[in-house]
Amino acid sequence: METGSTKTTPPPGSQDPAAEGGPKSAKRPGDRIFLGLSKGSGIVLLAIMAAIAVFLTWRAVIALGENEGNFLTTFEWSANSDPPVFGIAVLAFGTIVSSIIAMLLAVPVAVGIALFISHYAPRRLAGPLAYVIDLLAAVPSIVYGLWGALFLVPHLAGLYEWLDDYLGWTGIFEYGGGAPRSLFTVGILLAIMILPIVTNVSREVFKQAPKMHEEAALALGATRWEVIRMSVLPFGRSGVISAAMLGLGRALGETMAVATVLSPSFVIHASLLDPGGGTFAQNIAAAFKEAGDMGRNALIASGLVLFVITLVVNGAARLIIARRKEYSGANA
Amino acid sequence: MKLQRKNRLRALSVSALAVTSALVLSACGSDDNTGGDGSEGGQKDAGAADIKCDGDGNLIASGSSAQKNAVDAWVQAYQQACSGTKINYKATGSGAGIQEFLQGKTAFAGSDSVLKEDEVEQSAKVCKSGKAVNLPLLAGPVAIGYNLSGVDDLVLDASTLAKIFDSKITKWDDAAIKKLNPDADLPSTKIQAFHRSDESGTTDNFTSYLAAAASGDWKHEPGKAWAAKGGQSADGSAGVASNVKQTEGAIGYFELSYATGNNIPAVQLDTGAGDPVEATVENSSAAVSAGKIVGKDGDLAMELDYATKEEGAYPIILVTYEIACDKGNKAETLPATKSFLKYAASEDGQKVLADIDYAPMPEEIITQVRKAVDSLA
Repeated sequence: METGSTKTTPPPGSQDPAAEGGPKSAKRPGDRIFLGLSKGSGIVLLAIMAAIAVFLTWRAVIALGENEGNFLTTFEWSANSDPPVFGIAVLAFGTIVSSIIAMLLAVPVAVGIALFISHYAPRRLAGPLAYVIDLLAAVPSIVYGLWGALFLVPHLAGLYEWLDDYLGWTGIFEYGGGAPRSLFTVGILLAIMILPIVTNVSREVFKQAPKMHEEAALALGATRWEVIRMSVLPFGRSGVISAAMLGLGRALGETMAVATVLSPSFVIHASLLDPGGGTFAQNIAAAFKEAGDMGRNALIASGLVLFVITLVVNGAARLIIARRKEYSGANA
Repeated sequence: MKLQRKNRLRALSVSALAVTSALVLSACGSDDNTGGDGSEGGQKDAGAADIKCDGDGNLIASGSSAQKNAVDAWVQAYQQACSGTKINYKATGSGAGIQEFLQGKTAFAGSDSVLKEDEVEQSAKVCKSGKAVNLPLLAGPVAIGYNLSGVDDLVLDASTLAKIFDSKITKWDDAAIKKLNPDADLPSTKIQAFHRSDESGTTDNFTSYLAAAASGDWKHEPGKAWAAKGGQSADGSAGVASNVKQTEGAIGYFELSYATGNNIPAVQLDTGAGDPVEATVENSSAAVSAGKIVGKDGDLAMELDYATKEEGAYPIILVTYEIACDKGNKAETLPATKSFLKYAASEDGQKVLADIDYAPMPEEIITQVRKAVDSLA
């Protein structure tokens, strides 16, 4: 103890060996190798992120210097013309709106499925059901895209007309009769695509809800719904938010499925049902093939914006989770 | 124990069901999409082709995707005869193909537009003692496909097409369309005009046609990117074709092979000639003849006459070029490049084209191409 700090009160007996043996055991080769490996992994990850950010920023700065339009407000993408004119307004709108639609449709359903699997379904149904949902996650996005373009789109006109009849007065559900290749269709498709990830993460969280709480609620005479409302949902809330954010990440960056289904154009329609619009990832995939030097730089600049949006979304999710820490598993 | 086994069996059958449905799902994706692939059938004459092999090793080329099927057919025939040469043509798109050629990465490039002046200047770097030249080797008809049940023949002219694609005409029973098709039973369906969402030589040629033949009704600058507002868009010719195929009232433009591959009827053009012209390879070759060569010093860049009124000439065409150095080609690739292009420009090489919906170049132009290929050094 003489070697230890004099200011802190000596810890109780159990910690003594650690204080004395600590420096000695760190010298063992296994410890050092593992420390090096894990530290190295962390550094590599940060280095990769930094490299991506530097690369994106560097190329984006070149493009922005030459851009004749306003990068944030121009409704046009003519990066290959001379002088280049391009702006991300339409892409940002399309990306965010389609992702929001996807979240609104997918998260409630996903939470429902997760609760069903974890708390309602008989065990012999829960297993296979969970398995099928895992399979949904394994379908490549181009297959979703083809299904969307060849099956979903030709069959959505009826739903669109129904929306127009009942909600057309809002303006955002007005339908003019074009092939339904709009941001709304993209939202539906994205909802199906993010369903498995949101469901799986939520299910795992709900399963971990402390049995004692549930049993306590049951002992107080709560019904099953009340048990879920009082003990499972509050416990799982931060987990569901993380799950939703994981899904949102996929929806924001989804490329092939969107490119196959959407009818891209550089306009923003008031109605979500009008074909047109675009997303960052879709525009990069579509415009990259014939892009010259400036075209590529401009696309990279738009990629940087998507990068930033994703960072902001993840940051926001972390903030929400941090605020609700009292419900998180660590403190339960 | 028994119960457990039963459960596993059930889980298995459920997963089997899921797997089958996934397979069915992906199978849905593949039908209707074979439009671009017409390469079978092009090989009939391959065995008989008179190919003079020269040069060994790998020949790497890249560029226009519009001519990919034609180049593939040529490559297949050529490699059958000359097993010593491996030719690899990557359909990267014209822009990327020219870039790679100018950086000296490829032996020749394929492009559906001619080199720009500054690109010719840059070519001095790779063509030590010469410059890059355009060699027109084939033409592709761009068909205007439509989907209108009950209407088997549809005649349109340039000005009506311009108005349709500019959203000025929005119903199929518009007076302008009725006037051109007095016998057709035109419904009042909404017109859904599809264009390419990506930049494309097909769009460039189609809008050049509209601008030349209907200058009063098409005010947009012709170019690779679609300039007009309105209408719907899709990625690639395959995307446009599959959307036209499944959308009632749709109209769109794509290479002829996509129309035949997907069984999409094509519009006949009223060019001002006596009879409306169909989109066929013969009619396209006739329209190429109406154009002229404007390149100088061995360059064979063409200027097409989109507004031609010649009898039996279908004017919406895409001429694609191979781009190589006239002098100063790399010594290791020159023999193979020369012998391959010679075959492509030969009678046999040109004959292959019609079977896969490309138009051979007319005699007076292909003879000049042959001469130019012969003099490559």
